[in-house]
Amino acid sequence: MMNMEEIKKSQEKWESENRLDGLPSAKSDMGEELKVVYTPVDVAHVDYLKDIGYPGAYPFTRGVYPGMYRKRPWQMRLYSGFGTAEDTNKRWKYLLERGNNGVAVAFDLPTQMGINSDHPHAEDEVGRLGVAIDTLRDMEILYADLPVEQLVSSFNINAPAVIILAMYIAIGEKQGVPPEKLAGTISNDILCEYVSRGMWVFPPAPALRLVGDLAEYCAKHLPKFYPFNIRGIIMREAGANMIQEAAFAFSNALAYIQEITSRGLHVDDFASRISFFFATGLKIFEEAARYRAARKLWARIMRESLGAEDPKSMLFRFTGTTGGSYYRPREPQNNLVRGAYGLLGNILGGAQGMLHPAWDEPFAIPTEESALLALRTQQVLAYETGITGVADPLGGSYFVEALTKAYEHQIEAAIEQIEGMGGAVRAIEEGFMQREIAGEAYRVMKEERSGERVVVGMNKFVSEDKGVVKPETPFHEADPHTRGRQIERLDRVRTERDDNTVRDCLSELKDKAKGKENLMPQLVKTVKTYASVEEIMETLKQVFGTFQEPINI
Amino acid sequence: MIAKVGLDGHDRGAKAIARLLKDSGMEVIYTGLHQTPEQIVNTAIQEDVDVIGLSILSGAHMGISRKILGILQEKGVENMTYIVGGIIIDRDIPKLKEMGVAEVFPMGSDIDDIVAFLKENQV
Repeated sequence: MMNMEEIKKSQEKWESENRLDGLPSAKSDMGEELKVVYTPVDVAHVDYLKDIGYPGAYPFTRGVYPGMYRKRPWQMRLYSGFGTAEDTNKRWKYLLERGNNGVAVAFDLPTQMGINSDHPHAEDEVGRLGVAIDTLRDMEILYADLPVEQLVSSFNINAPAVIILAMYIAIGEKQGVPPEKLAGTISNDILCEYVSRGMWVFPPAPALRLVGDLAEYCAKHLPKFYPFNIRGIIMREAGANMIQEAAFAFSNALAYIQEITSRGLHVDDFASRISFFFATGLKIFEEAARYRAARKLWARIMRESLGAEDPKSMLFRFTGTTGGSYYRPREPQNNLVRGAYGLLGNILGGAQGMLHPAWDEPFAIPTEESALLALRTQQVLAYETGITGVADPLGGSYFVEALTKAYEHQIEAAIEQIEGMGGAVRAIEEGFMQREIAGEAYRVMKEERSGERVVVGMNKFVSEDKGVVKPETPFHEADPHTRGRQIERLDRVRTERDDNTVRDCLSELKDKAKGKENLMPQLVKTVKTYASVEEIMETLKQVFGTFQEPINI
Repeated sequence: MIAKVGLDGHDRGAKAIARLLKDSGMEVIYTGLHQTPEQIVNTAIQEDVDVIGLSILSGAHMGISRKILGILQEKGVENMTYIVGGIIIDRDIPKLKEMGVAEVFPMGSDIDDIVAFLKENQV
């Protein structure tokens, strides 16, 4: 056995003999001073069985499954969608044929904001950042020749999430697949939109009701569907540090759990279907420790504070990605390397799925070639490096275990601060999370400006041409005819559908929105009439109103 | 004035730049999200700003800039500088300048260059 006193003494001797105080300082991503080396002294307070344990066993520090990546590596998906449904359908088929598992749907901004492609505010945005979905017809084309029974779909959408899920259920019906067989994930995380990125429509209270309607409906009818993919990433990319990302995402999750349990469901009825989506920076060991800490803390909150008994309710399951904000526009091929290191941090942190960004994403939708490279980056890590052989390979590292313990407490303290304000919704309404995040974004910007935070090719080792992208570099070009084609289809749908049925369904929806019943069944009925996303959102706005953003800089 | 126009809600850069310019001694207005070109021109006139800085990351910079510059011209606004920052692919920069954008600061620009530009333009 190690004698702690002996180690301490020898460490002191080693430190004094080697004049460590003369070394340059090294800081963590959050600006905390790091030691030169970590020893058993730094983990003397860590109890192996209580704090670390085994993968697949409480407190899940080492991973959510006993075998981790032995059975199969993480889910490799690319976030993909652009143009019209035909364009995206074609790209999906290309990626699925090359070993992509499932599809992760990127929607264009008009769809995310609940307006149609022919809305004047949509003019410059149709099909630009994702695929344009106006009516069920677009979803039918999106999934043409793609059997949803065998496909895992992940939807990144919040404000109109209920409408998109209703459309997916309708697609299943058309393909003869009952709701209970539909597998996938929908982000359904509206609170992160008020904090960052701004894809909100309704005020928080009715928005939370829709979140709850979707989750409750899934708990009862779509057992294979994850009704939450809670987006730490949206806040991280807006500037949150890794602790804030975890703390704010958990606080938002707690608000959703409260909304659903207030309807009479037990936490074990749905908590096993909550998943998360976090972004990862390039500080590999800190990120891995942060994920270990998050896993342990989430299990503890679910079991001890919320009374979960099913171990599956305690699992912090997450999709990871290298944060797009770590990708840089100068010498952009360097992003391929950045992405690979971020990926490594995610996998050492125990991610269940990865949406790996392509190197050209600071500029545009990836090309076929860059999207394939992103997939290959993951496949090389999974199948050539041996990383899938042993669970939690960093477990037991003095450094990583010391950070894991410290981060667990830091995340917990930040959650308690928000709970002390009355929970996530209040903290957001008061602009607390927004201010904290803006403060971190500003700190990082100043550090990059001063050169204290190095970005290769940007503020250090800058090449003579400043790394400006060569004009012949191929990028994905937005098709200028997308909007026209999309509006043409929308007009055709309008002439082909039965307007009376549409009107009746929308009016029933409006009545039901005024009451308390779950809106999902009515939404499924409504999308099947080919009512547009905008018509449905406008109907709901009449009852729910819209959100006014508090502005402070 | 730092402006966010259209549906793009990415405001990390807009807020950070606004704060930095404030800290550099300038008077800064931030419009908040989802403004229309008409709204921001009206606010700019009302507040009598020297510079409108559009922050945009969705790729819609060409269309939106064309609209803003058109409205400025329609309303006979002179002596107001219009600049753009965000995710702007290099080959779009000459096209924007041709359209009448005074300067373009694509993501990755040196922040000191932005401050220097504004000071040169006597903000």
